[in-house]
Amino acid sequence: MENETLEHRLNINRRKFLSKLSLGIGGAALGSLLIPGLFSGLGSDSDSDFIPGLPNFAPKAKRVIYLFQDGAPSQLESFDYKPKLREMMGQELPQSVRGSQILTGMTAQQKSFPLVGSFYDFKQYGNSQAWISDLFPYTAKIVDDICIVRSMYTEAINHDPALTFFQTGAQQGNRPSMGSWVSYGLGSENKNLPAFCVLLSKGKGNGQGVYSKLWSNGFLDSVHQGVQFSSGESPVLYLNNQDGIDRRDRRKMLDKLAELNDISYKEFGDPEITTKIQQYEMAYRMQTAMPEIMDVSKESDDIVKMYGPDCLVPGTYAANCLLARKLSENGVRFMQLYHQGWDQHSNLPQEIAGQARDVDQASAALVTDLKQRGLLDETLVIWGGEFGRTNYSQGKLEKANYGRDHHPRCFSLWMAGGGIKPGIVYGESDEFGYNIVKDPVHVHDFHATVLNQLGIDHKKLTFKSQGRRYRLTDVAGNVVKGIIS
Amino acid sequence: MRRYLYLFGIVCAGGVLAFFYTCNRSPVNIDEQMPDVVSYNFNIRPILSDKCYKCHGPDASKRQAGLRLDDPASAFKALKDDPNAHVLVPGSPAMSELFRRISTGDTSEMMPPANSNLKRLTPHEVDLIRKWIKQGAKFEKHWAFVPPKSSPVPEVKDKSWPRNPIDNFILAKQEQYGLTHNPEADKERLLKRLSFDLTGLPPTLDMMDRFLADKSPNAYEKMVDELISSPAYGEKMTLHWLDVSRYADSHGYQDDNYRSQWPWRDWVIHAFNENLPYDKFITWQLAGDQIPNATKEQLLATGFNRNHKITEEGGVINEEYRVAYVTDRTNTFGKALLGVTIECAHCHDHKYDPFSQKEYYQLFAFFNQVKEPGIQSVVGGPETYAKRPLMQVTNEDVKGILKFVNKQDTNKLIVSVMGDSDAYRKTYILKRGNYDIHGDEVFAGTPKAILPFDDSYPKNRLGLAEWLFNRKNPLTARVFVNQIWQEIFGRGIVKTSEDFGRQGNLPSHPELLDWLAVDFMDHGWNIKRLVKQMVMSATYQQSAVISAAALRTDPDNIYLTRGPRNRLPAELIRDMVLASSGLLTRTIGGPSVNPYQPPGLWEAATSGRGQLASYKQVHGPNLYRRGMYTLIKRTVPPVEMAIFDASNRDQCEVRRLKTNTPLQALLMENDPTVLEAARVLAAKLLQENSKASDKIYKAFRLIVCRKPTQQEQSILSNYYSTELTSMDPKTAAKVLNVGEYPIPAQLDKVTLVAMMKTVDLIYNLEEAITKS
Repeated sequence: MENETLEHRLNINRRKFLSKLSLGIGGAALGSLLIPGLFSGLGSDSDSDFIPGLPNFAPKAKRVIYLFQDGAPSQLESFDYKPKLREMMGQELPQSVRGSQILTGMTAQQKSFPLVGSFYDFKQYGNSQAWISDLFPYTAKIVDDICIVRSMYTEAINHDPALTFFQTGAQQGNRPSMGSWVSYGLGSENKNLPAFCVLLSKGKGNGQGVYSKLWSNGFLDSVHQGVQFSSGESPVLYLNNQDGIDRRDRRKMLDKLAELNDISYKEFGDPEITTKIQQYEMAYRMQTAMPEIMDVSKESDDIVKMYGPDCLVPGTYAANCLLARKLSENGVRFMQLYHQGWDQHSNLPQEIAGQARDVDQASAALVTDLKQRGLLDETLVIWGGEFGRTNYSQGKLEKANYGRDHHPRCFSLWMAGGGIKPGIVYGESDEFGYNIVKDPVHVHDFHATVLNQLGIDHKKLTFKSQGRRYRLTDVAGNVVKGIIS
Repeated sequence: MRRYLYLFGIVCAGGVLAFFYTCNRSPVNIDEQMPDVVSYNFNIRPILSDKCYKCHGPDASKRQAGLRLDDPASAFKALKDDPNAHVLVPGSPAMSELFRRISTGDTSEMMPPANSNLKRLTPHEVDLIRKWIKQGAKFEKHWAFVPPKSSPVPEVKDKSWPRNPIDNFILAKQEQYGLTHNPEADKERLLKRLSFDLTGLPPTLDMMDRFLADKSPNAYEKMVDELISSPAYGEKMTLHWLDVSRYADSHGYQDDNYRSQWPWRDWVIHAFNENLPYDKFITWQLAGDQIPNATKEQLLATGFNRNHKITEEGGVINEEYRVAYVTDRTNTFGKALLGVTIECAHCHDHKYDPFSQKEYYQLFAFFNQVKEPGIQSVVGGPETYAKRPLMQVTNEDVKGILKFVNKQDTNKLIVSVMGDSDAYRKTYILKRGNYDIHGDEVFAGTPKAILPFDDSYPKNRLGLAEWLFNRKNPLTARVFVNQIWQEIFGRGIVKTSEDFGRQGNLPSHPELLDWLAVDFMDHGWNIKRLVKQMVMSATYQQSAVISAAALRTDPDNIYLTRGPRNRLPAELIRDMVLASSGLLTRTIGGPSVNPYQPPGLWEAATSGRGQLASYKQVHGPNLYRRGMYTLIKRTVPPVEMAIFDASNRDQCEVRRLKTNTPLQALLMENDPTVLEAARVLAAKLLQENSKASDKIYKAFRLIVCRKPTQQEQSILSNYYSTELTSMDPKTAAKVLNVGEYPIPAQLDKVTLVAMMKTVDLIYNLEEAITKS
């Protein structure tokens, strides 16, 4: 009770103080005082000449949750069923199929390219009768909620450039990430949370690492940078007060701080000082808001059961999926997850089973959870990696063991919600699972489509840097009309 | 954000035109005035470049209707499909198709067309073009490609203010527009500003006392001389150069393992402290290996061009990455030393500036001879910490010629440096920038629009350096002078310090920029002299107070009507915290170190391979090194630096953005480095025989670098007293449990925490991390 009274009194003082502060400022400075939101472009040095009349048209999706499968999961053991490869097990990949494809340094020297079919069986599910491998039983259950694209292709054949391409639209670094573009274009829905958040997890399979350039703001203002969250005790870096310092202590300190900073403001008249005072207040509000949002202990048993018991273990993919739902629900525009460990150059049958176990249940649960809450319509969920895997074995082909090298020419991903047609399969690869024969989707097309669902014309979301207007889709990209409803 | 292009010119006595330009919020009274004489360079080209060149510019492949507006020959020609009509008819806007198209209301004819996603010209821009055509539609060469000429130092009315020619240029413009400047800053503020700008460290109490007591007329200059000769000067100057040189301690791709490039960084500090002239400083870095009888020091300097990222990812294609390295060097050369976006011509002719794709690859050819493959080794031990060509820094070297390299053990130490192959490698235009699609063969050369490459120069990097420092090179001196100006004043005379081309901002004070550039060259490219010249100006020494009037007339301080007021860069915030608390370890150079970092950041992102897979924090004195020595792992750069806008060192960066975010507030509140500094300083103060108020007074001086006002003192003392009575010893012990630095056990914990919180409050002041 005493605490409450004190808190109340402090609040009144603070309000009085802040209102006094803003009244004392000349009209010309008001613009810089009307802080639009916690993470919405406070940088005083921004060179943007883009007028955010966004969205350009009515959006289907308000938010994105991107479940990135880092390392590149094999399409041939997941969503692209190729019985022919089993029939031709061990036979050479015909040169006519391979064509002029450049191989990575890892298999370029290989003398033989023996075709290898999936170790796992496929079955058809749902109204769409889509083929899904036995490794993904939970995904199979939501097949009528998702759109499987089997005709993705990219230009990069190695992890670093391919990941960077998928996340930023360019193979070499220093361009803004997708999430940064969205943050820049649409801003934040919740003034206590960043617009673009990142969560990392790891499987036991061969890993490739992730790089902070993947969620970099590039040349955009750094408020659009992805903020890395963790599901542990301190969800945002430096969020927690030092042990022994509680909320009231912090409040007392902030009140004195504001008083002292205001003295500086009166002396210098620099609007940056007022912004600084406001930012300390925002930080304080974040300290309150975040733990509530991050607390999974109040989730019902049904939810825990749906995501699987791992969702209560901080740092797991399942826990991150649950967090992603909570953050997204609270208005985070772009949730970017990475699950590492999909790089099966060898020992594929065993490793990929573990990876699939890590992600299958929770990915499907996320879609179902959003659907139950009525949020799937406005949330776009994406599941996929940076490229595909070869249809021939890397290294020695054994009956129950093989590996697959990187393959850029065709691979699969799925999307759900956010105005994407549910229960369809789009695009087709040849019977060898090597080349696309129908409806190819380039990474730029994928980017154009995601922005489109958010109500953004990808050609209009630009930022001028070093004399040139850049966009996520560079100078290419077409919206994939066939998958949007 | 709205963008303004407001300019004006005033005809001066000899018919000389003075122009003025701003790109941000412009003074209300200067807005949208129509100059008497419209200047092509300052008024018209920015409009044409931004709104028209995309389709009617230098890029031949995207040119529409065969029309290019950057070239008078093409712009005055008759229209392709109507020989009776002309794009531009000097003197007659009505007859000029260009004017008709930008002013028409007919959307099918309007330029730029709606589908270009370019905005319409504003009425003011249309008016400018009308008047320009009326006055004869005269074209000029882009200002930055004309060699700087020293204009006479302008006469000013207020003769008492200027301390050196910089002030005449600044004041002349202010007088022209009826602006007034601020009085001199108070001595304490001034010393803090100066000390951070020259050394990156706060002034010591002793310096503050001496400066306050020194009433001699050259008291300030004495401080300048003292600071500029301190070894910390070299460190401070190096910080910017590390951004420019994309220096880091890891290879940068995928597994991102360690590299031992730091001896090069030690050389840069040494070079700045020795005041190596800029021409030598750059020549050694570009071509130290090609200088006849090159010394090991000159060879080490070439590490500059090997700081780029190098892959260790097993599956890559050799040539693809080799080409990426050469591309990085070429782009860095353009951005860092020429201030142009030559990189735009990597895939096609430049769309705005007169650089062809061929010229890009001519420049590329200089850097294409390095004896290097795209991939040499995958993640491994010490033998992979540098890549061929490399040099060894021996134990003998560091006793002699490389004495400045802070080698701390006797292990083998290797550094990546430059070295060309014996066999000539042919250079081709790479179509669309693709490493494997060769076009025509080209030979080493430089962009003609800047300065043709003289046949007498050797066709190698040494020749390129000669070209760079040819007095006729219009960019070299301007670009560097502008970078130094930016670092000291917070904003370049050309705001876009990375782009002096047509799409960059125009200089706010073109005559001053040229005067500085010529003066710099005339005085042997002397960097210390240049820095001193700037900080000795009255312009620099002004108070940073922003009056309500100035906030309206000069919100971005383009006309320097007040002194610079800027937040410290990330690294210097750390330095301030460590220096003021007495924790700072004053070792110069050596291997980079891992101070406190929130747990799990490297581990969450790693592939598991390499020595940087997990974060191994250092202990003891190495915990308290300057921010510039924090190890930079490129894929997970130090987070406390990133939050305060430090470069991630992926590519050459000549200008940092500055943000003001809540994450910065959280960092200052909860970073163990700050909390530990507060604890240690508090403990130190408590051991002194003085009153509590004196202790607070001293802490304030150490951190904010001035004496607190009575009001500030009373707020702080009051806070201290309340904290003294509001804590139990058990909680106090928890608060103290931060950081590794030991403090005497006998101190009363509650008192200590109260003092620690008071010191911490001071650390969180806006002014603590600001030069004001």
